Amino acid sequence: MKKKILPRLTKLVSLSSAVLLAGCTWDTLDPKGIVGLQEKNLIMTALFAMLLVVVPVCILTLLFAWQYRQSNTSAEYLPKWSHSNKIEVVIWAIPSLIILFLAVLTYQTCHSLDPYKPLEAEANVKPIHVDVVALDWKWLFVYPDEGIATVNQLALPVNTPVDFRITSDSVMNSFFIPQLGTMIYAMAGMQTQLHLIANEAGDFQGESSNFSGRGFSDMRFRALAMPADQYSAWIEKVKASSEQLDSASYPKLAAPSEANPVEYFSHVDAGLFDEIVAKYNDGMIMDKSTGKMLHVQQSAMSDMNMKE
Amino acid sequence: MAQNITADAAHGHDEHHESPVVFGFWVYLMTDCIIFGSLFAVFAVMRNQFAGGPTGHEVFELSGVGIETAILLLSSITYGFGMIAAHDNKVSTMRTWLGVTFLLGLGFLFMEIREFSHMIAEGNGPDRSAFLSSFFTLVGTHGLHVTCGLLWMAVLLFQTAGKTELNERMIGKLTCLSLFWHFLDIVWICVFTFVYLMSVI
Amino acid sequence: MLGKLTLSAIPYDVPILVGTFIGAAIAGLAVVGLITYYGKWGYLWREWLTSVDHKRIGVMYIVVALVALFRGFADAIMMRSQLALAYAGNPGYLPPHHYDQIFSAHGTIMIFFMAMAFMQGLMNIVVPLQIGARDVAFPFVNTLSFWMTTISFLLVNVSLFIGEFSQCGWLAYPPLSEQQFSPGVGVDYYIWAVQLSGVGTLLTGVNFFTTIVKMRAPGMTYMRMPVFTWTIFCTTVLIMVAFPILTVAIALLGLDRYLGMHFFTNDGGGNQMLYLSLIWGWGHPEVYILVLPAFGAFSEITQTFSRKPLFGYKTMVYATASIMVLSLLVWAHHFFTMGAGPNVNTFFGIMTMVIAVPTGVKIFNWLFTMYKGRVEFHATMYWVIGFMITFSIGGMTGVMLAIPAADFVLHNSLFVIAHFHNVIIGGVYFGYVAAMNFWFPKAFGFKMNEAWGKRAFWFWLVGFYFAFMPIYVVGFEGMTRRMNHYDNPEWHPWLLISAFGAALIALGVVCQLTQIYVSIRDRNLAENRDLTGDPWNARTLEWSTSSPPPFYNFAIVPTVHELDAFAHDKEAGIDTRKVGGDYKPIHMPKNTACGFLIGAFSFVLGFGAIWYIWWLAAVGLIGIIATVIARSADNDVDYYVPVSEIVRIEQEHSRNLMAAQAAE
Repeated sequence: MKKKILPRLTKLVSLSSAVLLAGCTWDTLDPKGIVGLQEKNLIMTALFAMLLVVVPVCILTLLFAWQYRQSNTSAEYLPKWSHSNKIEVVIWAIPSLIILFLAVLTYQTCHSLDPYKPLEAEANVKPIHVDVVALDWKWLFVYPDEGIATVNQLALPVNTPVDFRITSDSVMNSFFIPQLGTMIYAMAGMQTQLHLIANEAGDFQGESSNFSGRGFSDMRFRALAMPADQYSAWIEKVKASSEQLDSASYPKLAAPSEANPVEYFSHVDAGLFDEIVAKYNDGMIMDKSTGKMLHVQQSAMSDMNMKE
Repeated sequence: MAQNITADAAHGHDEHHESPVVFGFWVYLMTDCIIFGSLFAVFAVMRNQFAGGPTGHEVFELSGVGIETAILLLSSITYGFGMIAAHDNKVSTMRTWLGVTFLLGLGFLFMEIREFSHMIAEGNGPDRSAFLSSFFTLVGTHGLHVTCGLLWMAVLLFQTAGKTELNERMIGKLTCLSLFWHFLDIVWICVFTFVYLMSVI
Repeated sequence: MLGKLTLSAIPYDVPILVGTFIGAAIAGLAVVGLITYYGKWGYLWREWLTSVDHKRIGVMYIVVALVALFRGFADAIMMRSQLALAYAGNPGYLPPHHYDQIFSAHGTIMIFFMAMAFMQGLMNIVVPLQIGARDVAFPFVNTLSFWMTTISFLLVNVSLFIGEFSQCGWLAYPPLSEQQFSPGVGVDYYIWAVQLSGVGTLLTGVNFFTTIVKMRAPGMTYMRMPVFTWTIFCTTVLIMVAFPILTVAIALLGLDRYLGMHFFTNDGGGNQMLYLSLIWGWGHPEVYILVLPAFGAFSEITQTFSRKPLFGYKTMVYATASIMVLSLLVWAHHFFTMGAGPNVNTFFGIMTMVIAVPTGVKIFNWLFTMYKGRVEFHATMYWVIGFMITFSIGGMTGVMLAIPAADFVLHNSLFVIAHFHNVIIGGVYFGYVAAMNFWFPKAFGFKMNEAWGKRAFWFWLVGFYFAFMPIYVVGFEGMTRRMNHYDNPEWHPWLLISAFGAALIALGVVCQLTQIYVSIRDRNLAENRDLTGDPWNARTLEWSTSSPPPFYNFAIVPTVHELDAFAHDKEAGIDTRKVGGDYKPIHMPKNTACGFLIGAFSFVLGFGAIWYIWWLAAVGLIGIIATVIARSADNDVDYYVPVSEIVRIEQEHSRNLMAAQAAE
């Protein structure tokens, strides 16, 4: 048995070290935006704080077990000893202090990295808006300012905050671009918000990180962060598409499909996102600024059959 | 399930320990209490999710519910009289009171079923909206418990028929059912207050 | 007449399932054949299947748990090999329809039918003995609990060959698990299996809580209770608080599916996040329900094999109790990414982290129990030391996930998978296996083979690190859980290593099966027999009676004067095991088939409801009610063991004991 395993083992070890040497990118630990960067730093800080106690515990476990082994009769043996106030104080204090430190860190980062909080951008940089809809099994991105939409491809200008509104027209999904940071659930009838920024140009993987059924594994998209001029050119390219997204073509798009290719729509009905949210809420949608419930015009959606 | 526990009345009973049956049943009731607590929480979340359907104000008839409440409260009192008789070992008096309790419980159940069927006939069934789903589930779960209690009561009436005195095991069973019945009363008071009164006001 | 059930529900076109079916059928026929050949049906029925003896019920629970481990592990091997293959355009050998059932079944089986059954088995065997009781408070309820768990596990396995299992993950999140998106019977199998086994577990909780509160030996105050009993006590409280919430969550999902209600649907005012709150309101206490008894077992083993009392008994008790309370206040950390706002997230994040304090204290307590002791490297101690290191790492990654802003990038990634396998394998499973090795001689009268036990440990430990450390890495690389295939070249080598680790663990499982086989084969060798009842020179009451204990556990109920009563008696030279004394007739419950019958009717009810065969479901329901009523009318449920019988049993034990002491 062992003979068979060994060559396989060495092969695997060499394979894995080759990968390590090749400098693979651990997406979450190789962030390209300030949100992701802060989250990486947080993970590392927490990890090191805890290693301060975990490493000694692991060493002490082995040390004590070995030092006080049965055969080592030279080691001290106290068969009745089972209590020490000093040790008790220390063993309660050490984990408490570390958790206290992490609790403060948690409080700070919960607020500073709140996904609903707009990012502070450099002067003169206006954030762009993208509305995200999770469908079976693809992502629809609506650019309300440009009146365009795409499927499974998200373009972002570098160093520009992006304000996402996220919902689902199917089951629950989670919108996630590992190299940019924070993920947020996409849920039907609800809109969640997310603020991200790409500080470097690049082609990043984006995915759903909440299992959504048969086509889940292929529910991926590319997030393309590009300089402003290329971004404008990309917008023009989408606007040149012959496809349009309206009440007639939307149900076709929303129908389940797997491994959907990238699609461009040169025109999209204004208010499509609100209508998708509202159709699960009896035609109501909450107004973000006032917190009041508003009735959404159901014109475009009137013939959009609601999935029962 | 309730019966399972009482069935062990004689078990675990030995020189050193008093019978754990009543205590065990009381503990079980606490878990039941958590079931109702969860259902109340669900109702609280769903109470305004009308989905275009009717509100509580539109579908509840307080007068009928008031009578239901009175019947159930009265049945708790009659059961209490039954227990007093049981402790005095007056079997036939106990059975009479238990019979009265049974009829009152049946009356409560009848009124509840009538209310439900009336609502469903008007198209306001549990599949109409989340509000109605949680209403039917909460009240229905209580009704299901009442049904189980009635079944249990019928079994005890049957088992005590022709008896002249009650053994310890039977007293244990009657005590457990008494706990159960009073518990259902308390739950109903919460239902009446939080579901009916607060939806109408 | 047959509801949704048609011939097309039999998956005879899936070779893996046909093979499994043939294998299971051959194995089943072999078992049935052997029992028939040796004429053991009557014995099996009278002495085991209808037994109300907590020790036998415990053994049966653990047998079910080991079968469930085998099934759940087969699923794990298939998942790991699928992910090793399904790369860069290769679809692998499991299409999503099949793969999704496998990961759903793996989680469901491992938690509900492996871990829960194992835990209930251990508490059945150990707790009444540890508190000096002759049985549990409600012996009939105990057999009922067992059968509810067992028939639920059977339901899950029936789904292999008739219909399908859920494809929505082990917690069946709606709206995916709603009728609209999962119209098949898979989710219904899940609902009925979880619901029926939940009834069994809830009853176990009530039963053991009552047992511990009401049936402790005279003099055993709460602060003289052994630590294992303390952990079980906290576990039963958590069961009683958490399982009703599970019952409600699953029932509401069932009402959505069966009656078209709108609790968790997208439309009609439903709210899917309500399901998440309910299911995790149960789910997070559940992991502590599983791990606390493992902590208890580690405590008993460490003090026994360090030849020293447990360091900081009181601390251990308070730590256990505080974990119990805190575990009820952390459920929302499972959905930090729903956008709940920073204050809510901060609260649940910090509450979660605070649990690390009492848990960390426990680790230190075990450390200082070994300190200045005489540590014997018994096979069970291997699991303890492996646990302390592995669990520390798992706890650390758990705290990382508890920081909401870190969870924002780690949530639902394979990092989470690595974390909870790290604590569940390294904590729960290691603990249960160590406990099985530790208490095995108590249950059967002979020890388990140590050499194979150590081999199993090394394969499990090394296999675990190979299997799950790479999973942490791919988690950092942004790979999410439940993927069926992928094309990211960076993930592939790590998933190959992980598959290799799974193969090592498979060898560990083989070693464990071999260990059981070898132990039974060599049971009569002198060095394996446990004639004294106290093979490890241990400290608590269960070791003061014979191995295996007589069905009434203690001829004379012991009186307790301090913690570790048995150790103190031994030190004081009091041998409570000597025959003599004033025996009185012992009141014991009679065996009953009612638990088995209610279980069988529940199976019929569940199967009928899953397939919409309503007449069958009605048969099941009426059968349950009729059995309960019949049981309640039965007055012949107990008897007294005559003194002559007690004297005979005790004298035999005494002869064994003296022979063993003479041999020393």
